[in-house]
Amino acid sequence: MLVPGKIQHIICTGNLCIKEVQDYLKTLCPDLHITRGEYDEETRYPETKTLTIGQFKLGLCHGHQVIPWGDLDSLAMLQRQLDVDILVTGHTHQFTAYKHEGGVVINPGSATGAYSSITYDVNPSFVLMDIDGLRVVVYVYELIDGEVKVDKIDFKKTTATTHSAH
Amino acid sequence: MIADGVEDEEKWLAAGIAGLQQNAFYMHRALDSNNLRDALKYSAQMLSELRTSRLSPHKYYELYMRAFDELRKLEMFFKEETRRGCSVVDLYELVQHAGNILPRLYLLCTVGSVYIKSKEAPAKDVLKDLVEMCRGIQHPVRGLFLRSYLAQVSRDKLPDIGSEYEGDAETAVDAVEFVLQNFTEMNKLWVRMQHQGPAREKEKREKERSELRDLVGKNLHVLSQIEGIDLDMYKDSVLPRVLEQVVNCKDEIAQYYLMDCIIQVFPDEYHLQTLDVLLGAFPQLQPTVDIKTVLSRLMERLSNYAASGADVLPEFLQVEAFAKLNNAIGKVIEAQPDMPILGVITLYSSLLTFTLHVHPDRLDYADQVLGACVRKLSGKGKLEENKATKQIVALLSAPLDKYNDIVTALKLSNYPRVLEYLDTETNKVMSTVIIQSIMKNKTCISTADRVEALFELIKGLIKDLDGAVLDEVDEDDFKEEQNSVARLIQLLHNDDPEEMFKIICTVRKHILGGGPKRLPFTVPPLVFSSLKLVRQLQGQEENPFGEEESTTPKKIFLLLNQTVETLSNIPAPELALQLYLQCAEAANDCDLEPVAYEFFTQAFILYEEEISDSRAQITAIHLIIGTLQRMHVFGVENRDTLTHKATGYSAKLLKKPDQCRAVYACSHLFWVDDQDNVKDGERVLLCLKRALRIANAAQQMSNAARGSTGSVTLFVEILNKYLYFFEKGNPQINVAAIQSLIELVTTEMQSDSSTPDPAADAFFASTLRYIEFQKQKGGALGEKYEPIKV
Repeated sequence: MLVPGKIQHIICTGNLCIKEVQDYLKTLCPDLHITRGEYDEETRYPETKTLTIGQFKLGLCHGHQVIPWGDLDSLAMLQRQLDVDILVTGHTHQFTAYKHEGGVVINPGSATGAYSSITYDVNPSFVLMDIDGLRVVVYVYELIDGEVKVDKIDFKKTTATTHSAH
Repeated sequence: MIADGVEDEEKWLAAGIAGLQQNAFYMHRALDSNNLRDALKYSAQMLSELRTSRLSPHKYYELYMRAFDELRKLEMFFKEETRRGCSVVDLYELVQHAGNILPRLYLLCTVGSVYIKSKEAPAKDVLKDLVEMCRGIQHPVRGLFLRSYLAQVSRDKLPDIGSEYEGDAETAVDAVEFVLQNFTEMNKLWVRMQHQGPAREKEKREKERSELRDLVGKNLHVLSQIEGIDLDMYKDSVLPRVLEQVVNCKDEIAQYYLMDCIIQVFPDEYHLQTLDVLLGAFPQLQPTVDIKTVLSRLMERLSNYAASGADVLPEFLQVEAFAKLNNAIGKVIEAQPDMPILGVITLYSSLLTFTLHVHPDRLDYADQVLGACVRKLSGKGKLEENKATKQIVALLSAPLDKYNDIVTALKLSNYPRVLEYLDTETNKVMSTVIIQSIMKNKTCISTADRVEALFELIKGLIKDLDGAVLDEVDEDDFKEEQNSVARLIQLLHNDDPEEMFKIICTVRKHILGGGPKRLPFTVPPLVFSSLKLVRQLQGQEENPFGEEESTTPKKIFLLLNQTVETLSNIPAPELALQLYLQCAEAANDCDLEPVAYEFFTQAFILYEEEISDSRAQITAIHLIIGTLQRMHVFGVENRDTLTHKATGYSAKLLKKPDQCRAVYACSHLFWVDDQDNVKDGERVLLCLKRALRIANAAQQMSNAARGSTGSVTLFVEILNKYLYFFEKGNPQINVAAIQSLIELVTTEMQSDSSTPDPAADAFFASTLRYIEFQKQKGGALGEKYEPIKV
């Protein structure tokens, strides 16, 4: 599936580290959104980013800026601040997906399974989101003991987005 | 004559073609009216055009081809004639009345074809007659084309076994004899061309000879197609006869071409079985012949033959192919001490490929070949020549490709020695090839010894070798190189902690010699490999009776400290700080308080002394706060010192909004969910109040500087933090405080002097919505939130 042409947007929380990886992602899909992680050599990635896809507003941030790291309530605050339905953050290298009345907070985990001081036994993982109208289906792909396991979570928005000037 | 050259040739060719076509026209008329006499007359005239000496082989060929086409029609006519009652024997005699010898012979061959088909005489007799008769033409170009014609018309009429022209001989001896004779005569003619004409036209002659070579070579091709030749006949008569001609003609061009022809045209099994004879011919050739190329091609063919299937391999062993080839090459190199180094390496490269295919398990053979190469290279110093170094890369890549495994290649003792002779650039190229091979094959390099050997091999990438000028390296290339070294470091692994630690130490030893430009690439992967090892050891029970020497997290941390230190001097302080914090957290997980404290100290020193860029400071401070927040290993005193420092840094950031955010982040240092003794509600509130003061100051400054009070975002953020701790049960945070904050924000937003900020409005709105949600939840939470009015 990770071949050029199948994915419309790529959202990356950061710590790609080197330009080569950015170039590779660009070959999968030209619409690439990246926020800055502390090890990124490219210093011009923004600290946060918001974008609208279909009926959903998405927010993106690496997450080392949100303390305590991985804390849902603190992340929810960022979500409120960015005023987004879906907040995507990283840093912990642990896949999580929380639904709460304000929206959804997703952490796709580490695509490479890299070491993390926060998470033991990191399994490589990434997330695909299928946005269709007021519904988004989140597919999470995890590599556990050499096998790829897929799980899915459904979210539905109650109201359409009001397009406020951003 | 040279000056007139091409233009004249074109004229003569045109004239020749015109003459040919005219006579052909009359010939056709004669054929149509069954006029044999006239047919012969005009065909002879037509063929007279081929008597010319004025055309180069290239142009002569054009004339020849037209004549050839016409002769086909004539042949058909002859066949009709014999059916009409004219005896073919009579015809055969009749055509010999043609006035000039060349037309006569072309006609004779044409009739001969019909004669053989008629079967009125054995094919072998007719062919023998024809091949002898053709001796009448001794002019090289004309003779070659005539004999080529003979070869073409006789091709399908050879008395081969299984052919209808076999006769009663039941062997292909006669067919072979005929082809060999034609071949021999053609070669003689061809060689004779070399010596015709003045010395200054030598180059032109050689070019013309080159154009004609396929005519000669075709005979060998025909030979290879004769069914009746089996291995024995090939060994006993065919090959010796051909080689005899090749050697005796003493002509460089012919020898080179024909040796190569033999190799390409006859089956590989034959070559294997006649290896002695074949190789024995090489020393007998003219010294100027490019033997190494022919030998290389032979070895290439044999390599491919070996690769075609495992069932042919025993044959190779049986004829001791490797030994024979090895000897032959040795002799060739010895006999030509002035052979350029490129030639030597090409030969050994081909031999190595051969060895890898035929004897994949014989590392000693491969090593032998490399050793011979080393011996030849020694005393020459580092190679400069581009092609030669490319060949060496090919030579060294061959074992990598075959074994798919640098570890096996490392077992070849001469492998690193060959690398020594590469200049720095090529060493880097080779090193990159090696690393790519490792990554592609996921080769497991799992012992410190192997790592040592490997890093020795790729030292061109690891450090500056003598004579290397770093300034000349393209920056992107340099980054790519170093990133591939970094990837390599990540791949080195052994499950046994002792061995893994040795690997880490070995890698460290090598990369520390890399210099300031390389360390930022190579140190991080090493640090993370080490931290992974720490975590692995963490899981194991600490053995109080363990040996002094055994690896412990403490030892690793010591190493880490010394390693990360090297980055601070480069300078790469942000990177160093991040790595120190990673180490601190790992030390925390191992319950090593002093070690963790030391790492924090180092990080703080870096922050104070080396990190002055505002943006870098903001990132650094968040990392510090985030890491510190997670520490559980510190006693009260240490924790206090560190948090005090952290909050101090936060308040001193350049811009007020950044100060504010860092300070309220610090509030989390005093309240950690899973550590009951870290729930100091008062100090949390102090932090938040401090943040509030800073936010106020920011508003005032903004008013003073810009005339408006700026965005209320900071206040909304702080409000959210109040709610956070309120929910967690901080007794110091009460409804009143929250309420007044809400009112503050509302007032500010409605004030005239505030800058409208839709983002802040939306933020505030969603915060209020959140409060509503919490109220709706009911239960204890709902009760808590109930008093708050929005």
